[in-house]
Amino acid sequence: MAKPKLALYWASSCGGCEIAVLDTELKVLEIADFFDIVFWPCATDFKYDDVRAMKDGEITLTLFNGAIRNSENYELAKLLRQKSVVLCAFGSCAADGCIPGLANFTTAEEILRYVYEDSPSTVNPEKIRPQTEYAVPEGVLSIPHFWNTVRNLSQVVDVDYIMPGCPPQPDQIKLVVDAVIDILKNGKPLPPKGTVLGADERACCDECPRKKDVKTIKKFVRPHEIIPDPEICLLEQGILCMGPATRGGCGAKCVNAGVPCRGCYGPPANVRDQGAKMASAIAGVLDADDPSEIDAIIAGIPDMMGTFYRFSLPHSTLRRKQVRA
Amino acid sequence: MSFEPRLVGFLCNWCSYTGADLAGTARMKYPPNMRVIRVMCSGRVDPNFILEALAHGADGVLVLGCHPGDCHYAEGNYKCRKRLPITKRLVEGMGIEPQRVRLEWVSASEASRFSEVVTEFTEQIRVLGPLKLEDWTFDRAAADAQLEHN
Repeated sequence: MAKPKLALYWASSCGGCEIAVLDTELKVLEIADFFDIVFWPCATDFKYDDVRAMKDGEITLTLFNGAIRNSENYELAKLLRQKSVVLCAFGSCAADGCIPGLANFTTAEEILRYVYEDSPSTVNPEKIRPQTEYAVPEGVLSIPHFWNTVRNLSQVVDVDYIMPGCPPQPDQIKLVVDAVIDILKNGKPLPPKGTVLGADERACCDECPRKKDVKTIKKFVRPHEIIPDPEICLLEQGILCMGPATRGGCGAKCVNAGVPCRGCYGPPANVRDQGAKMASAIAGVLDADDPSEIDAIIAGIPDMMGTFYRFSLPHSTLRRKQVRA
Repeated sequence: MSFEPRLVGFLCNWCSYTGADLAGTARMKYPPNMRVIRVMCSGRVDPNFILEALAHGADGVLVLGCHPGDCHYAEGNYKCRKRLPITKRLVEGMGIEPQRVRLEWVSASEASRFSEVVTEFTEQIRVLGPLKLEDWTFDRAAADAQLEHN
């Protein structure tokens, strides 16, 4: 029997998800043994044309990481959707937009202007910007179009499964790989479309071992300003922890190491908007009723929007900041 | 055509919705711009309800609840009172005027106050103008056209 075909692709991402796959240690050999890896730009030398030459649905499973930031990302998302039976948004960028998605707090024009004109290390008196097409004697050279708004994978193509995390934890990847192999080998039914794989339904707080006393706070502190109690909930000590608004499944690694949850697994099941859920959670611990007092306390959060939406802005309810010229 | 604000109102069942009802039976006048959604308590209003309303075409969102101390569930309106300032900061952080979101207390007997609040809020949003979200939807045709060119 021919081996099932596996593709991995990175769109707008850092490469951490690829490393997470390699971090599955010996499991990666099992993956390479069970599957025929047909496309994996990070690790193997296949070209886009190799994928274009495939039949529709020829790839059994594509693990797609990275956000959709430019026309090349979009082109590959479409291509891999067409060629794959199962397309999985792998990692926070593909699932929710993640760090590249923070660009939705600004515009493409502002980014290009800073990079090519305003940044202190730039010398560009003629204000030259990259053009998407440029004619040379040999023909026309082209580069991808840079989008104004970063999208997550499900906003541009149909996605079958989602595996969140920045990156997805190797332990969880191993379990998902085992499940996939079991399904393919033994003909087990696939989970329902849209299932979130390799993560919990509930919030990170659910697997956090710290004691929650439902204590309220008068002000937020930054982690370096206090020596946090190792046993007690970080949020109750005034450290902004995204745990209440974040999907569990990572094993609460950060909070166990004394670092507040940053929210990389995205919103929990049945939560649409991570920032809005965090607003609710914060309201629950504030020891203040007066709006101006509340404003003063939340003004103590450095970069509230960047913190609340660090991993999920493109997939949030409002998707981007409205930047008026 | 002149701009007619499209407003969403979340009204608590026990005070504000009854107050709105009274305004109706008393034949008081107020602008018809607000679509009322009855909730059991202003404490039921998840901040995301407000964001969803703005994302899907509302120009402003009004949350009405019982006066402090009058909540049918003792403390629901206190929860709402804590959430709203943070929600307004979220809305502001998304580049939308925070004045488009407002929390007011209207009791079951305050029909005239209800009509005043709705009138005033409608006028405020009328001055602010329509909320037009730029680049919210994914323009597939434009994205596909870029692929044709390259």
